[in-house]
Amino acid sequence: MLFSVFMLALRSVRRNLLRSFLTILGIVIGVSAVITMVTLGNGATRAIEEKITSLGINMLIVSPGQRIGGGGGGGVPQFIEADAEAIAAQIGGVAAVAPQGQARATVVANGRNWATTVSGSTVDLFDIGNWELASGRVFAPDEQLSGAAVCVLGETVRRELFGGTPGTTGLGEQLRIKQFSCNVIGILVPKGQGGMGDQDDTVIVPLHTLQRRVTGSHRVSFLVVSMAEGADSRPLKASLGQLMRERRHLSEGDDDNFNIFDTQQLAETLSSTMGVLTSLLGAVAAVSLLVGGIGIMNIMLVSVTERTREIGLRLAVGALEGEVLLQFLIEAVVLSALGGVVGVVIATVASWALASAMAVPYSFDPAINLLSLLFSAAIGVMFGYFPARRAARMDPIEALRHE
Amino acid sequence: MALKGIDLDIAAGEFVAIMGPSGSGKSTAMNILGCLDTPTAGQYLFKGAHVEALSRDQRARLRRRFLGFVFQGFNLLARTSAQENVELPLLYRGDSAADRRASAAKALQDVGLAGWERHTPAELSGGQQQRVAIARAIVTEPAVVLADEPTGNLDTQRSHEIMGLLLALNRDHGITVLMVTHEPDMAAYAHRMVHFLDGRIAQDAVNANPTTVAPASSAAETT
Repeated sequence: MLFSVFMLALRSVRRNLLRSFLTILGIVIGVSAVITMVTLGNGATRAIEEKITSLGINMLIVSPGQRIGGGGGGGVPQFIEADAEAIAAQIGGVAAVAPQGQARATVVANGRNWATTVSGSTVDLFDIGNWELASGRVFAPDEQLSGAAVCVLGETVRRELFGGTPGTTGLGEQLRIKQFSCNVIGILVPKGQGGMGDQDDTVIVPLHTLQRRVTGSHRVSFLVVSMAEGADSRPLKASLGQLMRERRHLSEGDDDNFNIFDTQQLAETLSSTMGVLTSLLGAVAAVSLLVGGIGIMNIMLVSVTERTREIGLRLAVGALEGEVLLQFLIEAVVLSALGGVVGVVIATVASWALASAMAVPYSFDPAINLLSLLFSAAIGVMFGYFPARRAARMDPIEALRHE
Repeated sequence: MALKGIDLDIAAGEFVAIMGPSGSGKSTAMNILGCLDTPTAGQYLFKGAHVEALSRDQRARLRRRFLGFVFQGFNLLARTSAQENVELPLLYRGDSAADRRASAAKALQDVGLAGWERHTPAELSGGQQQRVAIARAIVTEPAVVLADEPTGNLDTQRSHEIMGLLLALNRDHGITVLMVTHEPDMAAYAHRMVHFLDGRIAQDAVNANPTTVAPASSAAETT
């Protein structure tokens, strides 16, 4: 019986092909919009998370200044190398601390020049900052202590200086930074565009090298702190803040004259923001699913009216109320589920195409696809019930007399 | 009040013509006899069951088991083959597809439409359409066939053919036939004629000399 009714519904869908197509269009658009929105939203979230991970996970950046984005911070004192040592020694849950000095400089090599950021730090920076070597090596501890003339290039700098020259990767070449020359000992694996501009546009030298030969000052611009695996950033940030206040001789009422920037927290904030946005977009798209459901109800009501005589005949030859109800309900569900299936197909193509156009990673999410399918079928039941009940409750005598 | 105090007994195997002007209550009587409607007062016993006390679904079960309907306007499903039209009542008995096909083919053969199974109503003449409708009525092997002006939309020759078919059902299969008609020619086939007037039975008489063969002019099948 159920199978026969199902076949009946399919036949009725096929018989009014154009009408059926127009009817399910609302559901198709609704389902594909929901899936596309959610898939793209999830892709964008993942892209952002990946960028932040490339900055370095579980990383705190301590910078001078009163508020985030304060940069050098005018009259605010900068840090010294001893601050980094104090943090490493006194605060639990810290894996490594790298003091980082920075200077803008024009670097010259291979007859070309390029304005870039020169960073001076300890060898820990490579671990903390998630830097990997494409070739060569990082500087050794004794080179770091003695301030040796060695440097490691970011991909952008390498490309600008050596990219056009066949036969050299830049490794082993001499690079001039301001008044001194250094030997290129390593090339970094590119990270790509991050949340903080082009991270690959950098030259990294030992901190002492930078201090002695470029800035001429023993100050450092940032302290880059990596947390131990599984450490909670909140208490760590609090004790780090307390330590820095002491070291910078701030009294009780003074505001902090430094900032602690937490990449983990940033990642969480951004992910949750993206999550909210994704749900919002999904919800807006879900409204179109509802509109599609109303379209189905409309057509089912028309269909029931049109087929009044058929319903009367079915009732007369002995169809039970429930059987007529089931027939029209299944018809509605077949329509809406068909819309759901077409919607899933379109959504898969659309979100794949849009994801590649927007350079966002694409992944097929079975949960949202299944959910949309079930939801569209549920819409068929919801909006098909009223017309189906109207059909089932008809008086066979009246229905047979209907013109 | 369409009917005013009716006392009517119909025995199994009868061929009854119900006649009367419009508004005489014969349609209401047919609806009650066909278990489509229930009397507001009084009783209707069908095979010993009090139909007036049954629910909608119970009456539907009664109809699908014992009753077949033939309508003036045929009421075939458009764009649906004769075969599928005939199979329709079997759907609600839960017959398998193979059983339905076999029963429908046999019913179509019984009404002289073997070979017309794939044709849709639009491809059939009025007489053929009514034959399909009769096949649909008898495919469930009912005890009673109720025909509401079965020849009302047909010309005389087709009408006589349909009457011949109903007569054969009654004679050869023992099916009780109740038929509403305006035409005395058609009523003449019945063994009993009940005349309705103003909601009452005006006359209930045995037809001593029923027509048993169609007039010679329409004997030959020409459709």
